[in-house]
Amino acid sequence: MTNHRLSPQTINDPLVKIRGVTFRRGTRLIFDNVDIDIARGKITAIMGPSGCGKTTMLRIIGGQLRPDSGSVVVDGHEVPALSRRALFTLRKRMGMLFQSGALLTDLNVFDNVAFPLREHTDLPESMIRDLVLMKLEAVGLRGAKHLSPNQLSGGMQRRVALARAIALDPLMIMYDEPFTGQDPISMGVLVRLIKLMKDALGITSIVVSHDVQETASISDYIYVISAGKVVGEGTPETLRNSASEWVRQFMDALPDGPVPFHYPAPDYEEDLLSGGRA
Amino acid sequence: MTQALETLGRAGLRSFERLGRGQIFMAYVLAGIPEIALRWRLVVHQVYAVGVLSLVIIVVSGLFVGMVLGLQGYNTLVDFGAEESLGVLVALSLVRELGPVVSALLFAGRAGSALTAEIGLMKTTEQLSAMEMMAIDPLHRVVAPRFLAGIISMPLLAAMFSAVGVYGGYFIGVGLLGVDEGAFWSQMQDAVDLRDDIFNGVIKSIVFGVAVTWIAVFEGYDTVPTAEGISRATTRTVVNSSLAVLGLDFILTALMFD
Repeated sequence: MTNHRLSPQTINDPLVKIRGVTFRRGTRLIFDNVDIDIARGKITAIMGPSGCGKTTMLRIIGGQLRPDSGSVVVDGHEVPALSRRALFTLRKRMGMLFQSGALLTDLNVFDNVAFPLREHTDLPESMIRDLVLMKLEAVGLRGAKHLSPNQLSGGMQRRVALARAIALDPLMIMYDEPFTGQDPISMGVLVRLIKLMKDALGITSIVVSHDVQETASISDYIYVISAGKVVGEGTPETLRNSASEWVRQFMDALPDGPVPFHYPAPDYEEDLLSGGRA
Repeated sequence: MTQALETLGRAGLRSFERLGRGQIFMAYVLAGIPEIALRWRLVVHQVYAVGVLSLVIIVVSGLFVGMVLGLQGYNTLVDFGAEESLGVLVALSLVRELGPVVSALLFAGRAGSALTAEIGLMKTTEQLSAMEMMAIDPLHRVVAPRFLAGIISMPLLAAMFSAVGVYGGYFIGVGLLGVDEGAFWSQMQDAVDLRDDIFNGVIKSIVFGVAVTWIAVFEGYDTVPTAEGISRATTRTVVNSSLAVLGLDFILTALMFD
């Protein structure tokens, strides 16, 4: 299991330090020289409109994607430069909650949570059972241990995925759109759980989301990304009072602004009159 | 004309790129085989999924192919008064060619397509990504046991196909058409050679098992993660593995039985 004892100097260092990251998909520029710091033991939100690359940023931090340039340092390790073996060793200390839950569909709830423990440890089955039950109890689903993923609601699937993500007591958890498509009760449960992970376990959390109210209510620090750049950053209070047009449009859910309502297109009148020739 | 050449060139480059990716993919999978061989339960589970669950179609097809061989063989041999050689004809046809080839084609349709769809769906639902983020290599944990199971299952299925086929030929030839039972079995025993016929048939089915399973797991892993992507990948698995089996069969036959 992970040793979480750190020197005072290390505690003040950000757990994740992103400097000058540029990333392209084909010819499309996703990130242009982006800097982000993720503080240890805090909840940091990365927010922005759909399609701005929030999930891509999580994949870059987790080493699933390699930036075209720039540096991504996680707990002192330069992620893009790590060998496959070293990257996998680092990932044992990271948890990730996928938008879909990404539970293994051929395993039941218990076995899904036990999966990383069985793969990475030699613990006896009796101890694995106790650990799994503790993790499931933490997310309120101990009673659902025999159910299969297709018997769970979307919110329950994410809670099981969260139990699985904390199975190895990670240093940090990355949440990919945890509130998307959730009813108010499930959303409230997830908000409470994310906060609980930070308060009770001291886990560093990165929440990627476009749900402004819920995310702002639990975040210590927020980055707003749009058009490939960080367009605003600060505490939730700072961003609510920000004068930046980009931040205002996002925080106040305005349909038009720096992020245009219309996807770039030729002139409307010309398009209509062209008779399909354009 | 230039545009047609450009399109052809691009398609050729894409094919070579995929071929290269497929080989790198296989190198990673093979690197995981020693580790997975120690976790035999994972392999046994997959042998059940790709092998045991393919048994019905293999046995039924083997029976009918053997029966058709018995009928057609008898009708031809009886013209030359050689109907007592029916056992030899049925056994050699099955052991050398039809057993390995037809069972590989059925395996591609039944197990190959299932492997592609399963791995493709795991990719689409981010299960493979989740494994990677849990520091578990899906190439070793998901793909390697399935690949090994395919190689183990294929020769066993081909052997069962041939065995059932021989009994199908026996049922028609001896049971219905009156060929002498002693001649049927004794001529078969004399003519079928363990090394030249049976071992070569087994080698063929192992090669087909490698080819079909490789194509199936690669297509699943390389699928575009959409419903249409999985559909296309499954179709490619069946088409490409069938063509690979037929092409490899010609090469192996030329090398083994010249």
